[in-house]
This record gives sequence, structure tokens and C-alpha cells, in this order.
Amino acid sequence: MRWLINSPIGRKFVMSLTGLGLVLFALFHAAMNFVYLISPEAYNAICNFLGANWYAIIATIGLFALFGIHIIYAIILSLQNRKARGNDRYAVAGRQKGVSWASMNMLLIGLAILAFLVMHMVHFWSKMQMIEVGHYILGMEHLDTSRAADGAYHIASVFSNPIACIIYIIGVFALWLHMTHGFWSGMQSLGFSNNVWLPRIKVLSAIIATITCLLFVAIPLVYLFGIK
Amino acid sequence: MDKDINIKIKVWRQDGPKVKGRFETYELKNISQGSSFLEMLDILNEQLINEGGSPVVFDHDCREGICGMCSLYINGHPHGPDEDITTCQLHMRKFKEGETITIEPWRSAGFPVIKDLMVDRSAYDKIIQAGGYVSVNTGGTPDANSILIPYEDAEMAMDAAACVGCGACAATCKNGSAMLFVSAKVSQFALLPQGRPEAARRAKAMVAKMEELGFGNCTNTGACEVECPKSISITNIARLNREYLCAKFKD
Amino acid sequence: MTQIDNKKIDSKIPQGTLEGKWTNYKDHQKLVNPANKRRLDVIVVGTGLAGASAAASLGEMGFNVLNFCIQDSPRRAHSIAAQGGINAAKNYPNDGDSVYRLFYDTIKGGDYRAREANVYRLAEVANEIIDQCVAQGVPFARDYGGLLDNRSFGGAQVSRTFYARGQTGQQLLLGAYSSLSRAVHKKQVKLFTRREMLDLVMIDGRARGILVRNLVTGEIERYAAHAVVIATGGYGNTFFLSTNAMTSNGSAAWQCYKKGAMFANPCMTQIHPTCIPVHGEFQSKLTLMSESLRNDGRIWVPKKLEDAVAIREGKLRPTDIKEENRDYYLERRYPAFGNLVPRDVASRAAKERCDAGYGVGNTGLAVYLDFADAIQRLGKDVVEARYGNLFQMYEKIVDDNPYQTPMMIYPAIHYTMGGVWVDYELMTSIPGCFCIGEANFSDHGANRLGASALMQGLADGYFVLPYTIQNYLSDQINVPRFKTDAPEFEQAEKEINDRVERLMNIKGTHSVDYIHKKLGHIMWDFVGMGRDAEGLKKAIADIKELKKEFWSDLRIPGDKDKLNVELEKALRLADFIEIGELMAHDALDREESCGGHFRLEYQTPDGEALRNDEKFAYVSCWEYQGEDKDPMMAKEPLDYEFVVRQQRNYKA
Repeated sequence: MRWLINSPIGRKFVMSLTGLGLVLFALFHAAMNFVYLISPEAYNAICNFLGANWYAIIATIGLFALFGIHIIYAIILSLQNRKARGNDRYAVAGRQKGVSWASMNMLLIGLAILAFLVMHMVHFWSKMQMIEVGHYILGMEHLDTSRAADGAYHIASVFSNPIACIIYIIGVFALWLHMTHGFWSGMQSLGFSNNVWLPRIKVLSAIIATITCLLFVAIPLVYLFGIK
Repeated sequence: MDKDINIKIKVWRQDGPKVKGRFETYELKNISQGSSFLEMLDILNEQLINEGGSPVVFDHDCREGICGMCSLYINGHPHGPDEDITTCQLHMRKFKEGETITIEPWRSAGFPVIKDLMVDRSAYDKIIQAGGYVSVNTGGTPDANSILIPYEDAEMAMDAAACVGCGACAATCKNGSAMLFVSAKVSQFALLPQGRPEAARRAKAMVAKMEELGFGNCTNTGACEVECPKSISITNIARLNREYLCAKFKD
Repeated sequence: MTQIDNKKIDSKIPQGTLEGKWTNYKDHQKLVNPANKRRLDVIVVGTGLAGASAAASLGEMGFNVLNFCIQDSPRRAHSIAAQGGINAAKNYPNDGDSVYRLFYDTIKGGDYRAREANVYRLAEVANEIIDQCVAQGVPFARDYGGLLDNRSFGGAQVSRTFYARGQTGQQLLLGAYSSLSRAVHKKQVKLFTRREMLDLVMIDGRARGILVRNLVTGEIERYAAHAVVIATGGYGNTFFLSTNAMTSNGSAAWQCYKKGAMFANPCMTQIHPTCIPVHGEFQSKLTLMSESLRNDGRIWVPKKLEDAVAIREGKLRPTDIKEENRDYYLERRYPAFGNLVPRDVASRAAKERCDAGYGVGNTGLAVYLDFADAIQRLGKDVVEARYGNLFQMYEKIVDDNPYQTPMMIYPAIHYTMGGVWVDYELMTSIPGCFCIGEANFSDHGANRLGASALMQGLADGYFVLPYTIQNYLSDQINVPRFKTDAPEFEQAEKEINDRVERLMNIKGTHSVDYIHKKLGHIMWDFVGMGRDAEGLKKAIADIKELKKEFWSDLRIPGDKDKLNVELEKALRLADFIEIGELMAHDALDREESCGGHFRLEYQTPDGEALRNDEKFAYVSCWEYQGEDKDPMMAKEPLDYEFVVRQQRNYKA
């Protein structure tokens, strides 16, 4: 299995699988979030269902692994690609028609998303699953778990701040950029593309990214415009 | 109608592979827009020789867009601002009176500069030598019509085979990747029954050689496809990925 | 007057019937066994269709091959630019084709100035070429049933041309290149790129090595071998403007000539009728539009002089000329073949019309190639599928849309039928020095038919030379490998260095291109499409003058032992000047018109070429006599055993 590290297509294979896995996660996550707008109680039920239960923990570890591998590979690939580019840069670098800005800046966008993610995890994960894990599994009994499964409360408290809403909207926009290229690029790297399907997959990519991100931004938008 | 124009040429001069390069700017007067870009460089060189300077070195040969020898990164684009052509087919009518034209060599670790605008593209030959062929000796082949090839497959193979090996794909790729070049050759043979018996071996060998020679990883920006003078499609890259992954999973 | 050498030339044609000669040869030739092949080195100069296919085939057989090319990659050789196709008498379309018919068409197309045995062998192995290329994965055009498709070409009444869009040369070359790459990978062939051959090294009367200039470092390098194969293409760039690539040159062949190889039929040059017209003094090369365009395009000029004048002045557009005022002169003069007459005939007819004042374009040196009928008959889509890439190419260069206005074309130098003299085994008159492809003279006589150059290059490289060279090498198995410090190499290198030194020290005022353009004008005006004694004599005198100017007023910037493009060009031009002079000598000697050689004094009342079989049914074989001495000529008679010579008739 060394080819997964040693060959360019192997590396891209790993990148694509982890990326597409994360797309799936994002889609689920966004769908769950949307539940909050319909019914905060139902949303909390989901939070309860996940929490520090064994399956949720395994899934979280898997998710961390996906993120970790995706990020590490991204950095390795970028470093290799910089090296392959050589030391001299073009004095005039033209833009190519039809080449998206996102595709040229995936690492940059990815890093922006990572920063956003850290903030997001401080806002939510550190107050929810991490508390529960600390309390129930690691035996840190001083941790207060009373609000740990109350996702609705955390949402309300974070998004009551309009600046947070705006930062979240920007973060989700970065995610949208990343996904619009990421999904079809992943499919392409896995070899699922041909003359007929390439344009279709590109459209699908835009649809999936847009749906996911619309579901995500629904909450900050609702708070920002004071509908809730 | 074609007019005569005055232009400035900002061109990369570099005396050798290890020497630091620099830009030099030259003025050219009364260049007919009907002349080709390389003819404009011929005129510049004639001018330089007459002034006692040294002419600009650049690769070129057939001057009809098929040999793949010419290169040049012109105003930020390999083979210049026009579409679907090589530099030798570019004409001066694509430029305006008074314009400054910036000419750079291919800049990619895989293509080190030899002198001025001339680069070393022998890496592409090495990739082909690693497996870009069907293993047949001369003679003893079956009758040409004993192999039936569906029209669509032959056409797609021809689309891929149109690659001229100029290097614009790797030169324009922000990742310095040669995937479009490799995939074109792999696709041509993968689509034809003659190429199938060693398709897996070919894909693995060519990709390994590409890696060994220091070309980058494809991130599917698609810039190569846009700049390719022969419009080789990136769906060939998907086919290469497919061939390679299937080969690896079979191992 | 030409000095004649009356020696008898042995072309080593095997005995037997026309059909049996090649088989007979192969059955009785000497072979080299596998263990001995490893001990024999062969140098192949050039990586075009002939060179690449020969190097790959010899390598596969087990010889140690050293292969050289002038470009950065073997794939760039100018064979790549051939567009239309490759002939073979497969008779797949069931239109009555046969090996004999392909042979006959080629002999007739060459105006009965080629060797029967060579041409028959060419026609015979052509079928194998198609099989070989298909096996290599060359994506020839196919029909919906999956079988190969054919198109028709000039000079034939059957469809026998296999093609890969308008890029047949490219695809065939890439096929040969892929085989060559495989041989390089298997260490059967050692490849040397960006090298230019400067001299042939002879030891004891045999070719034993070459000197090359490393075009990157400027160093002179020595390579030794048991045999040397020259596959460096034609000398069409003598004319400065031609459809050849910029580095295409005649120097390798010329060095062989100077070392004692005979040069045959140098005046036989082909002018291709369908090129994009010259548009200015700065023009660097001419672009060919495939002959296949004549399948569907109709060639015409205005019938009325005043219309032609108005078009030249830009007052009328070609689409303004009514049907009845157009002169489809090929269809008028040659009803049987129409627009598909051979290249020499089509070219001359265009020149005749333009000389008479009917030419179009702002220079008056162009005729129309019109697709309006074809678009109406077949639809734009079909025309686009057939010629789309050519139309696009034309539009990029001329900035005119050929779907709407007719293309403008004019003849241009394209191919040289003449070349180094070789016998049936493709060996030159120097033992151990072989010459294949366009560089030799062997198969096209006075005119080459379309789609035959690819056929000849691959036939020589894949199927002829790898056999015939063994007949020579079988005697060499006990000859040990040569060292490159032999005195002959020392001497040759010293001569090269002296020559380079002399060039660098001229320090005159004119660039290489300046003098090359002057040579081009002399050649085109006096040794071009129509030649006469007076003009040819003037050409010889002018070229002698130009040679003096070259050696006294040339300026080469830079250093001799570094990358120096101007020096490369100067070395080539020094040879082109001499080649040009020999071409004029040959054209002057040949007092007849045949194929690409048209002497104005020798034509029929209606302007067709007037051959003189009684006096000129021979190959003129020129021998070098030394610097500034006129060459001598020996004659190889062309005794036809199987074909009856007739006047070429494409009228009925």
C-alpha cells in the first residue's frame, strides 16, 4: 500500500476519499443544523443521541482522522507541488478562462476553513461532546454537563452576537468555495469522469456545495436578520 | 486589415542553466501584424546581430504547429494569448500598437532553462520511454483490418494522440504536474485493443517515472486543458486515474 | 559543359521477375546471427520516419544502435508535419487496387525516372507498413464498422490513402517514436538529442563514424560504428522559403557527397501546389495545406483579366465573381483527373495562370481553392469533419474564414526527390554508408505522388534497410569496435575546427539569414518551377558570387564552443550554397522536362512537360571533385524491363 504515499495518483486517491468523506459529513451536519430551525427540541434530541455515546465517539475519532489525513496530505501535496514548480516564478501570470479561483487556491481556502473550524469547535464541541467525554469517560467530575447536550442553547448564545453570525457566514462561504471544486475534483481523481460525465459532475458539485452551505448559513442568517 | 505596429519586447535572458537570468527590453518598429510571432523574434534577432548583440535563443522548428518544439510564455500564457495554437502559429495581429510583450521560458522544475527561452524537455521523452508504447517488434503483425476498433474509440484515441509534447501543460500548471501529457498517451493506448494487454503496466510505469522526475501532483485546476494547443481534455486524466487505480487494486 | 564520368554504375538490382526480385534478394542475402549482432554498432542519423523506424528495428534485432537527432526530442522530426496520408495497396475499398497498380502509379507519377525494382519493392512492403502501424496503436481513421477508412489522393484513380485526420505524419512518426522509445528503454538504442552531424569519418575507404556538434555545449563529439545510416531528410531549405522545418538541412547528405558518395538527380525538387502564399519579406517559412483539400476543393482564377486586377487592388471579393466568370483551369485542362492531377502538374498550371496575369491576392501570386460547392453538396459539418483543423490553421495564419471566402494558395518548395545515390540495398557509393528516406533519391523519380513520402520513409526504415544492411554487416563481424582516437577522427575534427574557425573569423556585416534569403531568391527565380539554360547559367554564376560574399562578409555573433544558433545556421548555409549550385548544374544538364523539373525550352505546344527518353532516361549521379571545381557526372541508365514509357496523360 506504499503507493498511497509514493505515487501522485495514490496521494490524490487518499485526498479524494477523505475529502468526499468530509463532504458527506458536512451534508449530514448541515441537515442536522437545519432541524434546529424547525424545532429546537428535536435538535436537542439529536444532540442527546450523539453526545458521548460510543458510536458518536468512534465517529468523532473517524472524523478527526479524516480531517487530519486530509490536512496532512494537503500540506504534503502543496509542498511537493511548490517544489515541482521550480524556483523561478512567472513575471506575468495570466488567468485561464474557465479555471475557477477556488481550484487555484484550495490550500488557502482550506486553511481559512481550518481556522474557522477551530473557532467553531471552541464555540460548540468544547462545550458539548468534549465536556461529556471528560465527565463520563475520563472521570473529570468537576465538569458541568448540564448544558452539554443543549445544542439549542449554545446556538442561541453564539449567534446572538451579530459578528459571530457574519464570521460564520464567511466561514461557510469558504467551505462553499472549497466544496464546489473539491467534490468534482475528488470524483475526477477517483476516475469517475469522462466526456459526458465531467460537466454533469461539475454541476452536481455545485449543487451539493450550495445545498450544504445554504443549510449551514440558514441559522446565522436567521439570527442576523432577527427572524428568530 | 493588417497594419504595421511598434512594440516593446520584454524578454528573459539567461546565459546558462546555473546563471541568474534577467529581463531585457527591446523596441521594435514597423512590425507587420501579418507576420507570425516567431518572425517578429527573427526580426528582433536580425536587429540584435546588426547591432553587435547576441540573438535571443528560443526553440522552434516546423513553424506550423505540429512538431511541438516551440514554447514561450507570452504575456502570462503558454503559446500566447490566442487559443488552440502553438507559439509558431501566433500572429502579431493579436497585439496592439505600443504594447509591451513579456516573453518568458517555461518555468517548471521539470524543464530547466538551457539558455534564454530554451528549456530542456527531455523529461517527457523519459516518461514515454518508461512505457508510452505498444510492445511490438517490426514485422509479423496481423492484417490491419483484423483488429476492429469502434469508430468512437478510434476518434477518442486520436483526440488524445494529438498531443505534441510541447510541455505547455506542465509549464502552466501551478503544481508543475505533467498529468495531461501522461494521460494523453495512456488514454490513446487504453482506448485501443492493441494497447490493452499492457495497459496496467504502462500506466504504472509512466506515472512512476513522472514522479521520479519531480513533476507535481494534479489538483484538477484544468489550466492545462485551457492552455493546451491541441485541446487535450482533462477527462484523459480521469481515465489515467481509473487505469492506475484499477491496476493498483489488482496487484 | 558537364564533364561525364563513363564508369559503369552497379545498382545491384537482383535477378528475377519484377514481383520476384525482393523475395529473391531476401532469400539469398547474407544475414548476421544474433550473437554477432551484439558486436556490431550502427549509427543512425535522424529520427524521422525513416531514421526512427530503422533505429528501432535494428535495435530490436540486436544491433547496437546510436541514434542522433537535431531537435530536443526524436518526436519533432519534420516527418511529423505530413498531413494527408500514407499509400498502400490493401484494396480495402474494393476499387481494383493492387501492388502492381500502386507500383505503376508511382513510376508514372515519377515521370519514368525511378528504378522499377525499387519502386516495386516499395509498393510491395507498403501493406506491411499499415499492419505494423496499426499494431503500434496508430489511430488511423475508421468507418463505423470498425474497419480502416481510405481517401483518394492526387495521381491515382483508386482510394488507397490511409489517414489519421490531417495529422497522418504526426501519428506515424509518433508510432515510430514509440517503438524507438521502447528500444531506448531496453537499451537497444542509445539516443543523442540536440546533436548535428558535421562530418562522416572514413577509415580504409569505409564509413566508420561521424562527428557531431553538441548544440547545447558547442563541443565536437566523435562516434564510431561499423556502419552509418543517413536519414536526415531533404534539402528543400536551399530555397530559404519552403514547407520544411527551420532546422531541416542537407548538410549530413552533403558531407557524404564530399567524402565520395554520389549525389543523384539534385534538380528534382517538388513544388507543392497547395501552400499558403508568401505575404512579406520577413516571411520565415511556408505553410502547406494538405493535398487532400483537392479532394473537395475546386481551384480557380478569374476568367477575365480585369476581374483579377480588381481583386488584386481589393476592389472585388472572390465571392463577387460569378460562376461563369471563373476559370476552373485544372478541370478545364485535365478533365479526367480534374483537381486531382499530380503535384507538379497542378503547380505548373497555377504558375502559368499567375504568369498570364490572372493571379489573385495582393501579390498576384495566388489562386483560389474553393469549398463552396463541397459545403453545398456535403454540408458544412462534413467539410468541417474532413478538413476542420486545416481550415482553422488557415484562418489563424491568414485571418480569413475559408468556410465563407475561398482559400488562397500558391505552390511552394516541399520535397526533394533527388538525394544521395543509393543502390538497391540503400547503400551509397561509400561502403558502409547507407541513406534512407527523403535523403536518398531512390523511389520517386522526377516527381513524388502524394502520400508516398511516408510510405517510402517507413518502407526503408522498417522493412528494407534492416535486411539489406545485414548483407554488408555480415562481412564485418570480425572487425573490432573502433576507437574514436584514430587518426582519421583526429583529422576530421581538425578540419571541422578549421572550418568553424574560418567562419567565426569572417566578422563581416551580414547575418546568415540575409545571405540565405538571397540564395533563396536565386533558386526560386532560376531553379524553381520553370527553368531555362540561360537562367540556370546565371544562377550558377550568381551562386558563385554569393558564395564569395558568404565567406567574406558573414557575421556570426557569440562563441564557437558554446550554444550558438547563428553558427549552426552558417554551417548549414555553407552547404546549401553548394547544394544550390549542384542543383543548377543538374537542371542545366537535363535538357528535357520531366516531373518536377520543367525546362521552358522543352514543352509541348499546349504547355505540358516534354520528356526525352532517348537521351535522358538516366539517373544523373554527381561526383565531388574538390573545392571550387565543377563536379563530374556519371549516368545510371534506367532500362525499363517491365513498364512501357508513355507520355503522362491526366487529360483523359
